[in-house]
Amino acid sequence: MFESLSHLALQQYWWMIISVLGAMLVFMLFVQGGQTMIKTLGKTKDEQRMILNSLGRKWELTFTTLVTFGGAFFASFPLFYSTSFGGAYYVWVTILFCFVIQAVSYEYRSKPNNFLGTRTFDAFLYINGALGTILLGTAVATFFSGSEFSVNLMNITNKFNAAISRWETPFYGLEALLNYRNVALGLSVFFLARILGTLYLMNNINDENIRKRGQKQVLYNTIPFLVVFLTFVIATLLSVGFAYDPQTKVVFMEPYKYLHNLIQMPIVAASLLAGVLLVLYGIIRTILQQFYKGIWYSGLGTFLTVFALFLIAGWNKTAFYPSTFDLQHSLTIENASSSKYTLTVMSYVSLAVPFVIAYIYYAWKAIDKKKIDASDLIDKDQHIY
Amino acid sequence: MTETFDFALVNWSRGLFALTAMYHWLFVPLTLGLAYIMAIMETIYVKTGDPHWKKTTKFWMTLFGINFAIGIATGLILEFEFGTNWSNYSWFVGDIFGAPLAIEGIFAFFIESTFIAVMYFGWNKVSKKFHLLSTWLVAFGASLSALWILVANAWMQDPVGMLFNPDTARNEMGNFWEVFLSPMAINKFLHTISSAYLLASVFVIGVSAWYLLKKREVLLAKRSILVAAVFGIITAGYTIVTGDGSASLVAKNQPMKFAAFEGLYHGKTGAGLVAVGVLSQTPEDPNYEDLKEFYFKIEIPNLLSYLAFRDFNAFVPGVRDLLEGNEEHGIMAATEKIKRGKIAINALAAYQHAKEAGDNEKAAEARRVLDENFQYFGYGYFDDPKELVPSIPITFYSFHLMVALGFYFFLLMIIFLWLLYKDRLEKAKTLLRIAIFSIPLAYIASQSGWITAEVGRQPWVIQDLLPTMVAVSHINATTVQVTFWLFAVLFTTLMIAEIRIMTKQIKLGPKDEGGK
Ligand code: HDD
Ligand code: HEM
Ligand code: HEM
Repeated sequence: MFESLSHLALQQYWWMIISVLGAMLVFMLFVQGGQTMIKTLGKTKDEQRMILNSLGRKWELTFTTLVTFGGAFFASFPLFYSTSFGGAYYVWVTILFCFVIQAVSYEYRSKPNNFLGTRTFDAFLYINGALGTILLGTAVATFFSGSEFSVNLMNITNKFNAAISRWETPFYGLEALLNYRNVALGLSVFFLARILGTLYLMNNINDENIRKRGQKQVLYNTIPFLVVFLTFVIATLLSVGFAYDPQTKVVFMEPYKYLHNLIQMPIVAASLLAGVLLVLYGIIRTILQQFYKGIWYSGLGTFLTVFALFLIAGWNKTAFYPSTFDLQHSLTIENASSSKYTLTVMSYVSLAVPFVIAYIYYAWKAIDKKKIDASDLIDKDQHIY
Repeated sequence: MTETFDFALVNWSRGLFALTAMYHWLFVPLTLGLAYIMAIMETIYVKTGDPHWKKTTKFWMTLFGINFAIGIATGLILEFEFGTNWSNYSWFVGDIFGAPLAIEGIFAFFIESTFIAVMYFGWNKVSKKFHLLSTWLVAFGASLSALWILVANAWMQDPVGMLFNPDTARNEMGNFWEVFLSPMAINKFLHTISSAYLLASVFVIGVSAWYLLKKREVLLAKRSILVAAVFGIITAGYTIVTGDGSASLVAKNQPMKFAAFEGLYHGKTGAGLVAVGVLSQTPEDPNYEDLKEFYFKIEIPNLLSYLAFRDFNAFVPGVRDLLEGNEEHGIMAATEKIKRGKIAINALAAYQHAKEAGDNEKAAEARRVLDENFQYFGYGYFDDPKELVPSIPITFYSFHLMVALGFYFFLLMIIFLWLLYKDRLEKAKTLLRIAIFSIPLAYIASQSGWITAEVGRQPWVIQDLLPTMVAVSHINATTVQVTFWLFAVLFTTLMIAEIRIMTKQIKLGPKDEGGK
């Protein structure tokens, strides 16, 4: 079935899978956002523990999504993997660090004799939630703003200087923080994660006080979110983008490239619009009513929005990882991808994704049937963080 | 352009990888094995309805959770390290290597992370049967994640099922099934997971032995020993059998590594296996280049030939034969391989130039030369054949330590089963102490295994194709050094926390609870 597709079609298909995983990841960052809200939403020890237990049941799923996102990117666009990770080194290593410290924190925070103390592990969770989201957003924004790197496949024949991909600044990715658009997306992801985290907790925990505070917090985070997110979107749509000629593969700058992408791919534009509206719908109803299902609307909205943003970065003859050092070194889904054979094999593997989503959904439904409340904290049969 | 390698960069990168991989492997084997032991216990609980079995299961689950969390923390960094620190590698073989990593994420990690939540939070929320199924799925998912990463690792030791594409300057997958079902991959998987199951058995027996010595939790301890010893004896046997399989595959695919295993300098027909030995080292010969004799060794005649080639009189090449060549046994000299490797690399450059100039004829000719010599491609990066020899002492000692411990654990399992059968466990104080002491030994065996495998294959990242020094990212050594210390401190701290929490939980013992 996939064998009959052209290499280009497979590349587009795989860029879509990457976009799906990226969108899922940003949605799942509600765990990270929630981690920065623990003390804001929970004022008593018990409230805070309910929040921790609610988030603690989901963190692994977010983590696994990140791992799978990385693995899938490696398998489908290995040149991106080698160029970006090996180049924007500081940024990626810091992101990894933020996630490494998260992984032990839930399990260890309240165990006796835990060496570092509960407060350290709670600080780890906060760092993961704040720095992790901001840096992830910043790194993704370079898909639109470009980075200074070079790629030369023939270096491999020079034994003393064999590296194919090179970063051309001594800051190894930190320079991305100097671009306001990158930072705007980073902060957008941060505030969005906080909003989603709050919406999720209001849904998952049956507690009057947490829900009341949540309502206010959603509002407080939405205002800065809108400012930074609109800054990023408007600046990007108006910016000069990185296009390439499908025949000659020459990369060139095209004014309003990303706006053109939306116009030329109306379905993607619809996804972006629907996404933004759904996010706002979930937020507004939560703020105005006693409404606790906001996470479903804003969550789906987040997915659709991020999905569309990824697609306009890579589809429609756009260089998804532009090089500002030398335009012609930019990565496109055509020059950075795996071979046709590998993409075909991996496409069969991708058929498993709906099944994976189905069993995750089924398992979670079984566990989340009953909302978390104070009784969970004293139940002996429970695993408490 | 510099005319020397940045060895500081290469070495720090190797150190970083070794550090993080070894930390990861400190926690992974217990996860792999304990998951099955818990699943077996819970099955007994569901079959008998005896709440004490539930209590036993949940006790081990608590320890499992503590270990699992840090296993995940250490795994994340490894996956991305291929990009951050081995970026050339990621391009050169990413077409093949990325696939198992992605498959691992999609298939294995999601199974684990979903059903582990059911396992911990689902008691009383889902049916007993569904809960049991979840526990089995966690065990199954963990082993499945081991499968894919080991397929990837095996492929590095024995690269099969691929073709070199000079247009993209990388290896591309030619046949997925050849990669997946290569004998190296299957054997590596079986040996590694059985060794992990064995480690978990030793762990469970050791912890239980401590309870017996303290005269606490006697029923829990005895039941746990029963499950673990039965599981352990099977897996110890299997570890030995598959370890033997690994050795013979190494002999076939990586003769230099095999010579290093045995400290074999001069090839022999009917070579003997050194059971115990101390390598001779003279101050004038720091690199063991002229090693002739062992200080001391106990050798089993002809066994090495048999292990390697299933023939008591087969010829096993030594380091010297591999470097200098041995016409009688059809072994090409390293200098010749280096020469052909250089031809291949130059042909690749010529191919690219010809293509750029639009000279198809020249390109076709260059390509022919490249294909002819591609087998030796990686050798072209070397000048001195001596660089092709891995560290013999590290490989030799770690290999022998692992093998000796393998037989030791097999014996230990037999003894414990026998004591259990005779109901003399509680009185065998010395043996109980030995069991506790064996826990660290299991970890040592396990780490030695990887040291054997990974140090022994130096200087290659991909056997015969890509040397380690060509695989690294273009960053400066100081950066990598900083990263190294960062993770050394972080992982050590987390490990201390893990060990302290774990021992505390063991001291606290299982929680009492309402059974159902
Ligand atoms: C508890 C741990 C343990 C024990 C008791 C053994 N092994 Fe092992 N061995 C491993 C744990 C391990 C491992 C950690 O799983 C390795 C590292 C890489 C791999 O494939 O498995 C390994 C690798 C490894 C290799 C290298 C494979 C390669 O280079 O690709 C060989 C030849 C053996 N083993 C052979 C044996 C033999 C003959 C044993 C016993 C009598 C034995 N091992 C016991
Ligand atoms: C988890 C168990 C593992 C351990 C304990 C381990 C151990 C090591 C050690 C000690 C080194 C350093 C060798 C040296 O430079 O002298 C090393 C290097 C390396 N290993 Fe492993 N390894 C493990 C698994 C893997 C796996 C599964 C892969 C690949 C899928 C892998 C790929 C590499 C690479 C790329 C290097 C760096 C290049 C090199 O120095 O050879 N390792 N590993
Ligand atoms: C060097 C190569 C390796 C890489 C890149 C790697 C990567 C990872 C990652 C990213 C995770 C976290 C997954 C999650 O989010 O749940 C993980 C966990 C795990 N890995 Fe590895 N791993 C490597 C070596 C190994 C080896 C050699 C084995 C087994 C033979 C193994 C078995 C596991 C298991 C069972 C888990 C889940 C449980 C636990 O972490 O304790 N890994 N690994």
